[in-house]
Formats: sequence, C-alpha cells, structure tokens
Amino acid sequence: MASMRDIKRRKGSIQSTQQITKAMKLVSTVKLQRAKLNAEKSDDYFHCMYETVNSILQRTKNLDHKYLKAGTSGKKAVIVITSNRGLAGGYNSNIVKLITRGELADEELAIYAVGKKGKEALQRQYEIKTDYSDMIEEPVYADAMAISKEVLEAFANGEISEIYLAYTAFKNTVVHIPTLLKLLPVEVSGEEDVKGSEDAEIEDKALMNFEPEDEEALNLLIPKYITSLIYGGMIEAVASENGARMQAMDSATSNAEEMIDKLTLLYNRARQGSITQELTEIIAGANAIS
Amino acid sequence: MADNNLFKLRIITPDRVFYEGEASMVEFNTTEGEIGVYKKHVPTTVIISPGILTITEAEGTKEAALHAGFAEILQDEVVILAEIVEWPEEIDLDRAEAAKERAEERLRSKTPETDLLRAETALQRSLARIHVLK
Repeated sequence: MASMRDIKRRKGSIQSTQQITKAMKLVSTVKLQRAKLNAEKSDDYFHCMYETVNSILQRTKNLDHKYLKAGTSGKKAVIVITSNRGLAGGYNSNIVKLITRGELADEELAIYAVGKKGKEALQRQYEIKTDYSDMIEEPVYADAMAISKEVLEAFANGEISEIYLAYTAFKNTVVHIPTLLKLLPVEVSGEEDVKGSEDAEIEDKALMNFEPEDEEALNLLIPKYITSLIYGGMIEAVASENGARMQAMDSATSNAEEMIDKLTLLYNRARQGSITQELTEIIAGANAIS
Repeated sequence: MADNNLFKLRIITPDRVFYEGEASMVEFNTTEGEIGVYKKHVPTTVIISPGILTITEAEGTKEAALHAGFAEILQDEVVILAEIVEWPEEIDLDRAEAAKERAEERLRSKTPETDLLRAETALQRSLARIHVLK
C-alpha cells in the first residue's frame, strides 16, 4: 500500500488540476452564452441570404456561369475552421479526421486554415495556402470578406477547382456536428423539403425582377453568399468550440472528483493502518518490558 | 388607401438587426442608380452600392450610410441585407475625411497598378459617410 504522504501528494495535485478544469468550464460556459447569442443574431441574415440566392438560382438553372461549374484544373480548396487552443475534447481532431479520412482524403488539397490546431495537424499532409488563425478569436464580418475574396480570386484564376468549408455545426449545447460544405460551384439541389412548406412565398418570388440582370446579379451576389457562409461557419464554430470545451472540462472535473473520493478513502485507510500499526508496536514494546 | 401607405422595412446585417419598423418610403443607391421605394413596388432584387439610406417614417426621416449588400423589395415589405450600414452617430468623421483624401489621391496619381474600382468605391463610401453626418 502506498504511503500516506504519497497519497496526500497525489490528492493535492489532482485537486489543483480540478480547480483549473473547473475554472475553464466556467469560462467556456460564459463564452458559449455569448457565442450562442451571436449565432442567433446572425441567423436572420443567413436565412434571407440563402433564400434569395436559391430563388435566383432556381430561375436561372441553365445559366452558364463561372461560379456554377467546377474548374477543370487545380486543387480543391478547403477552408478549415478549428480552434487555436486545445482541451476541447474531440473538437479539433474531428474536423481533421473529416478531411484526412473523409471523401476528400485522396485529393490534392489546398488548405486555408482558420485555427492553429487544424493547421498544425494538416500541414504535414497538405499545402497550407494561408493561415488566418487570428480571426477565430473573435470573428467579424470583415474577416470572412477577406477569406472569401482570396478564395474567389484563386478560383477565378483557375488555381483551385472547388471550394469547401469544413467547420463544426452547432446544433445545441451538447450536439456539434463536423460538417463539410461545398461552397463553389454553388449547388442548389435537394432542398425541396424546405421549399415545399412555403409555396405561397415561392410564387411571390417567381415574379421577382432583378436589377441588374440575372447573370450580373449572380456575379455580385455569390461572393456575398460565400462570405456569409464563411462568417456563419466561423460563428458556429466558435459556439461549438466553447460547447465542446465546456463538456470536456465538465467530465474532467467530475473525473477528478471521483479520483479524489477514491484517494480520500485510500488515505483514510492508510492512516487507520498506520495508527493500528503504531498501537501494535507500543503494546508489543510494553509487553516485552514487563 | 391614403391612411395606410406604410410598408414593413427590415434592415439586417450579419451581426444585428439594424432597423425594423414601418416606413412610407425608403431611398438608397444601387448599382443601377438611386432608387426610392414606396409601397406596392414591383417585386425586385437590387444590389446596393455605397450611398445614403433615407428612411421616411410616419414621424419623420432617418438617414444612415449604407455601403454594401442587396435589397429584396416585395409589395408590402422591403428587406435590406446590408453588409455594412451605419447610423450617423457611429461614423468617425475624421476617419472618413482621411479615407476620402486617400481615395482621391489614388485616383489622381493613378498608375497602371492602381485598383481603380477599389479606389472609387472607397471614395463613394467616404463621401456617403461624410454626407450623412452633415
């Protein structure tokens, strides 16, 4: 059996670890609240954006537009949104796995990294085009504009053929889903279920005029659409990151609690043992003298 | 119908709802020129270029600087999806003046490398900001 001192030291170290995890949990809970609020505030915008772009694309199905078809040459670009800090459970590794083992595993990729953890994990295997890691600390819309500008330029130059966005979708506080979203070329199939419920609105939209004409409108709208998707991805990723960290730290705290309980038991047993031993020794000593 | 010429106006940015209310007219600048929208406008989607946004409500008018985005105009509702829009009190006049000078300078001393489009939009943006403040 370990000595009393060893157990005590061990218990002390676990206790201080628990304090850290507890504090981290509290911090990420607060951050999560804020991130969730941000995500909700921007919801309206994305909904409208999505509907408008969809309705244009529905009307212009056969349009031969540069943003609607994949480039023939070049790599596929992936914008990878992860966090700068670890200790968030599987948050970062899930995103990395999505890329290294997902449908894009065998392709040649160009990575636009948002978040250090993803960059570090992917740079051995793929080419990192640009590192935007500072942005994930506090994403603002201008950041998303900068990213979308760069990828769209690369797309227009033929450097890259397709653009994907890898981020963690925030469903609720405990459910976060690593998601790979195709940004370009824009696809609008399989959305019938959303559309069906809003028949009246569709008819309304069908009469919509566009100024300037469809094709030019697309030229201007699609970059905005991409930007808003990237921004939405960043906002959700921040919420997911804090959610994941909160969960990880919560279970770490309760694990520490459990270990402390066990060690307390061991410690008391060891203490009892040492008292018993001392008593036995004293009695034996007394007996020997008399 | 004179008593009810108001329509619903919503101005949304990626991080907040900028304005939500009833208006009788809204004016702003688009890629095709300035437009003013009343109720029962033909459904139209327009792309915004930098300019002044004027909202005419029942009680008076409000102005703001609107820089980028697009607007969806329906018969009884207008939704402006703005990437950047500011109320006058949010604008930093000094910064706008400085940006104006910079843009003018760039346009004057243009070299083949000058990004004309960018300089022009920058100029438009700063002019809109300055105008809204005055």
